[in-house]
Amino acid sequence: MLEIAIGIMLCGCALGAGIAMIAGIGPGIGEGNAVAKACEAIGRQPESKSAVTSTLIMGCALAETTGLYALVIALLLILLAPGRFVDVLMNAVG
Amino acid sequence: MQYKKAGTEFKLVDAMLVIMMIVPIVLAILMKVLFIPVGEGIEITGAHVYTVLNMPVSDLPISEAQVNSLAVLISILFLCLYMTHGIRAHVYTKRAVLAEWAVEKIEGLVKENMGDYFMGFAPFIGAILLLSAFSSLSSLVGLFAPTSDLNVVAGWAILVFILITYYKLKCGPWYYIKGFMEPIPLMLPMNIIGEIATPVSMTLRHYGNILSGTVISILLASALQAASNLVFGNLPGILGSFPFFRVGIPAVLSIYFDLFSGCLQAFIFSMLTMLYVSTSFPMEEYMRRKSLKEKNN
Repeated sequence: MLEIAIGIMLCGCALGAGIAMIAGIGPGIGEGNAVAKACEAIGRQPESKSAVTSTLIMGCALAETTGLYALVIALLLILLAPGRFVDVLMNAVG
Repeated sequence: MQYKKAGTEFKLVDAMLVIMMIVPIVLAILMKVLFIPVGEGIEITGAHVYTVLNMPVSDLPISEAQVNSLAVLISILFLCLYMTHGIRAHVYTKRAVLAEWAVEKIEGLVKENMGDYFMGFAPFIGAILLLSAFSSLSSLVGLFAPTSDLNVVAGWAILVFILITYYKLKCGPWYYIKGFMEPIPLMLPMNIIGEIATPVSMTLRHYGNILSGTVISILLASALQAASNLVFGNLPGILGSFPFFRVGIPAVLSIYFDLFSGCLQAFIFSMLTMLYVSTSFPMEEYMRRKSLKEKNN
């Protein structure tokens, strides 16, 4: 019985980590849009390249934040959560 | 103008400064070699805790990240002393020109993003930029990068949060509280969450970027190790156990994750510091009150 419980727990952690990384879609679309618009802007006004590039990098870094939240959650679920949950289970069983 | 040749004493001090620049990094590497037990194969671990000091409120663990960040700090201090050693007006040496260029760049950055009122922030921004960049780059010499530990970056973000709050309080506590009730008092909880989200997002952005680079590098290294064992595993002697695939290939990723990402995150952290601090200060209101006060006097 205990083995099954631990198995379900680990399965949940792994699945959760995978599902958390779905959040990677958002920054992908957002940064893609930003780069596309930056390319357009540079094509229209090549002399403004340096200003557009620095703003683009800033914006990309900001848009990346949600993806990084997901990454941190996924890493916590893979590296930290299984041990913690198994401890909790062991304490509950006694 | 006559040029004086560098005397023996000057050269001696120079050499001392260079040695002092390298010694903290070497000491940190030595500590890592001496005190951290060798793990089994390649594994993802956090910062190793060297020792735990007993403190009244809660125990204080001294971890690898703290030690390395202090080493980087001392190294930067002596780098700055070296760059400005023997600097004087109208004498152009290579390092003086380089130091002037760096200071001018940072002052220009601060002036562009924060305005004239905040020019006093230039040394702080320069310090945070250098510290963050060198901390991330310290992984190139085999150290645990301090920025891939949450606590180090959280410390910097809390410092920035204190600065933001200080500048918001410049117009008095009542104005500060009223700022949370914009545009309607119903938004109070949302605004408080938004206020707390600033340091949290700054921390997680910097730490997540560096940590993800580390984790991906480790995963790639272990995958290459496995592939190497599979292909060359049957060769006799040391040839069979030597990981041929791990030579050179991870360096390509390291250029992006360690060099580019590390420097970029340092730039972004200092940029966000500037933006948050300068936008949190209600400049017009402060100036209006100041002129009113002067008029009354």
